[in-house]
Amino acid sequence: MTVSHPAQRTALDGDEILQASISVQGVAVTYPNGTTALKDASFELGPGTICGLVGVNGSGKSTLFKAIMGFVAPSAGEIRVAGLTPREAQKRNLVAYVPQAEDVDWNFPVLVEDVVMMGRYGRMGFLRRPSENDRQKVDEAIERVGMTAYRKRQIGELSGGQRKRVFLARALAQEGRVILLDEPFTGVDVTTETAIIELMRELKSQGHLMLVSTHNLGSVPDFCDQVVLVLRTVLAAGPTAATFTQANLERAFGGVLRHFRLDGAALHEDDDRRSVTVLTDDERPVVFYGGSGERDEPLRRGDKESG
Amino acid sequence: MTELLTPFAYDYMLKAMWVSALVGGMCAFLSAYLMLKGWSLMGDALAHSVVPGVAGAYLLGLPYSAGAFVAGLLAALGMAFVRSQSRLREDAVIGLVFTSFFAAGLLLASLNPVSVNVQSIVLGNILGIADEDAIQVVIISVVTLSILLLKWKDLMLVFFDEGHARSVGINAGALKILFFTLLSAAVVAALQTVGACLVIAMVVTPGATAYLLTDRFPRLLALAVAIGVVTSFTGAYLSYFLDGATGGVIVTLQTLVFLAAFLFAPKYGLLAARRRAAETGIATAPDGGQYRP
Repeated sequence: MTVSHPAQRTALDGDEILQASISVQGVAVTYPNGTTALKDASFELGPGTICGLVGVNGSGKSTLFKAIMGFVAPSAGEIRVAGLTPREAQKRNLVAYVPQAEDVDWNFPVLVEDVVMMGRYGRMGFLRRPSENDRQKVDEAIERVGMTAYRKRQIGELSGGQRKRVFLARALAQEGRVILLDEPFTGVDVTTETAIIELMRELKSQGHLMLVSTHNLGSVPDFCDQVVLVLRTVLAAGPTAATFTQANLERAFGGVLRHFRLDGAALHEDDDRRSVTVLTDDERPVVFYGGSGERDEPLRRGDKESG
Repeated sequence: MTELLTPFAYDYMLKAMWVSALVGGMCAFLSAYLMLKGWSLMGDALAHSVVPGVAGAYLLGLPYSAGAFVAGLLAALGMAFVRSQSRLREDAVIGLVFTSFFAAGLLLASLNPVSVNVQSIVLGNILGIADEDAIQVVIISVVTLSILLLKWKDLMLVFFDEGHARSVGINAGALKILFFTLLSAAVVAALQTVGACLVIAMVVTPGATAYLLTDRFPRLLALAVAIGVVTSFTGAYLSYFLDGATGGVIVTLQTLVFLAAFLFAPKYGLLAARRRAAETGIATAPDGGQYRP
């Protein structure tokens, strides 16, 4: 992209005209040791989306994250974030990243508020001196995740759920339009999970795009409106109802998931032919009601309550 | 009383004290980062790896710091290369590469016994430092400290969370290379004061001590640098009276400060931990008393 006119330049620097989007087209990633982690992966996501990224360990989920973040260069294909290359998107602070708990050094001597302030670094000058506005954004972000009482704590002193909130607050302070969340629900209590999902819904209504890698299959239909299924390529991508089906999940997880199917006498005494299928990777199971599962949608919590 | 001031009357002592303080501060600054990343042994490895560079530089009549610096960088790159291209673990790679360099250095020096005094590299000789060497050390320290003062926040971000650092547009790869370049430079400077064997202490102990005393990175930096400067200055001063190796005195002082922190640190010290354990024990006694944190 070439921008020559100074007026155009300032217009482009504003966030508001850059819509949150991720475009992955025919992407392949091969590591230096020769393993191909991902090939021919394609999907498109637009603003106001919460997209679940689902697949077994080693399926290429984290490679996909790294490629979108620009840490690994695709050997084929193209990635665009808000229409820009990943590097350009980062320079404009469009992408925020919430790391997996195990990727963080919890003994590092930083307080909660220090971590959240790190979200503002991309918007500070050469010496990274925070302005009044930066401090205010940090206060707001901490408040929004309900961690104000803990802002002077060293991060290692927090519980699993609180730790997640801190890094979510950092993403909020960063004001990225695209937020990548790596396993946000691992080691988190139900209250925090609900709070995180609530926050994601708010962000969605404000036009943010969130890509969430998760093992928590059961809650995917609850909060994701799009799903990308990966197994060394993108197996399926699209709206949850059409994509997150029993048939697709069985393809994505092969024989890895525990699979229970209850029908006939095991389920009911009359001759009702309906059955229940439970798919789980031992975290939270996803439950399908009905026969073969070709067209069936997973049951949502809401459906169950109303029906 | 006047006896205590005698070191200040000698130019060589004044030079030794100020140069030591400068080097101590610079090494301490870097130590805050190194020990947090679990890379402490890199300091040791680099210190031994620069020896062939020093020997080679004397052989060719070049400034010793240039040779040392090149050798240090080659060693760091060698470690990174072997690490990425093989399945060996990091400690094995570090051990392999730095001993190879050290052996090459000893070999070079023994082939040319007149041109270089290996002992002054391995043990340091700040009291007898030549003016031109002192100037090299001062230039290295001032440049390194200036860069660190400008970039300490970016470096902290890269060391804490590289993914996030990249996501705010920081060039993490370039900053890591910058860090190891500065570390190599610091090690070269520290060779003169404490010698190759004790450099490891200079780039680990002050940071480790400060880590026990605070939960905030800026304070950790300030404390580490203060410890580095004060122990190095005092160590050089004391070595006049003790007639001992300056490096030994400096590192002993740093160890004493570390031990004090290890025992008495308000939150992370041994005694504080004991006290907390005791309080918890009493508070949860079967009489129903409850412990409130």
